[in-house]
Amino acid sequence: MSKISIHVFIDRQNKNTNIELYKNSTVADLLKKLDINPVTVIVSRNNELILEEEKLGNNDGIKILSVISGG
Amino acid sequence: MKMNCCSEKPVIGLPSGEKLCKSHFTDYFENKVFKTIRQFDLIGREENLGVALSGGKDSLTVLHILNHLSKQNPKIRINAIAIDEGIAGYRDKTLAKAIDFCTKNNIELHIFSYKEEFGLPLDEMLKILDVKPCTICGIFRRYLLNKKSRELKLTKLATGHNLDDECQSIIMNQLKNNIEASARLGPKVGIIQNDKFVQRIKPLYLCMEKEVTAYAFINGLLDDFTECPNVVHSFRAQVRDILNDMEQKFPGTKYSTVNSFLQILPLLKQKFKGGMIKVCLKCNEASANDVCNACVYLERLKKSIVKVE
Ligand code: SF4
Ligand SMILES: [Zn+2]
Ligand SMILES: [Zn+2]
Repeated sequence: MSKISIHVFIDRQNKNTNIELYKNSTVADLLKKLDINPVTVIVSRNNELILEEEKLGNNDGIKILSVISGG
Repeated sequence: MKMNCCSEKPVIGLPSGEKLCKSHFTDYFENKVFKTIRQFDLIGREENLGVALSGGKDSLTVLHILNHLSKQNPKIRINAIAIDEGIAGYRDKTLAKAIDFCTKNNIELHIFSYKEEFGLPLDEMLKILDVKPCTICGIFRRYLLNKKSRELKLTKLATGHNLDDECQSIIMNQLKNNIEASARLGPKVGIIQNDKFVQRIKPLYLCMEKEVTAYAFINGLLDDFTECPNVVHSFRAQVRDILNDMEQKFPGTKYSTVNSFLQILPLLKQKFKGGMIKVCLKCNEASANDVCNACVYLERLKKSIVKVE
């Protein structure tokens, strides 16, 4: 099965990274691969929030924003 | 059954399975906050309300919503209070956000710092005292917020505490056998008739942290992520992670925990109704003991400083 590449920014770790996923992967698959609990983040693409079941496309830019209060 | 609210693209799913678009989610969230305010009688017809503003998403969300409410009801006045604990690399950033928001929205903001009020910023206190950062940070913050709210003649003080915060506190108190502290939780704190104590209210009481973040994101209130450097030490952070694991496996866990707590809260308040009715012998503020916790730690700070010198 062919692969897609996703550009990911994780705000809590202040980290940019590229992740390879199978075609037709969803936000939920991405979070699983990164070992991030979906309850603890919101996810945006092009400055719009997207659902966990949203399919990702090749070269998508995704932001994973922590919902945890900083103290 | 999974339902969409309308033909617009959904941006968030609720634990019930319902999926909402941006504008229906905004309505849903604001309605939930107003319902919480009515259900627990948090705000009266005439108030001089304070909002404890950290500059984080929760307190900005409360201020944003209450500021709208105030515009519709001129008898509800709004002031913001911010505490500068003195945590380098963290509080300076969130305070900048708080100042910016209040300036843009024309809200009066009062800032009080540990350095001015107690002589030292938190960072320095922690070098001197061997205590958990959050313990003294919290004691001094609550002390200042209450004292300053009273001096400013605020009728109530709203805080950004959300469902997750409350749920964590409930579980932490259980695990530490500190049930008396739970008697001081709830959407409205400090019912006791005591003119030393300004009631605190939590309009986000039934909002999950994820919902607050989504609302803040949609309404431009979410800033770059910053985290207090002391938070890693906290017991709270561990309880939070456990609860989030449970919520993921069993959606609704947090609601259930807080809802069942609400049912026993009146009994807890009844059992511990004696708390906080004394007046501190040193500073004259409300206290549970003869000398309040803030004065106890200030005394220890003074002694340690003398020793060092
Ligand atoms: S995490 Fe602890 S030390 Fe940091 S601001 Fe919160 S209470 Fe204070
Ligand atoms: Zn809709
Ligand atoms: Zn005192």
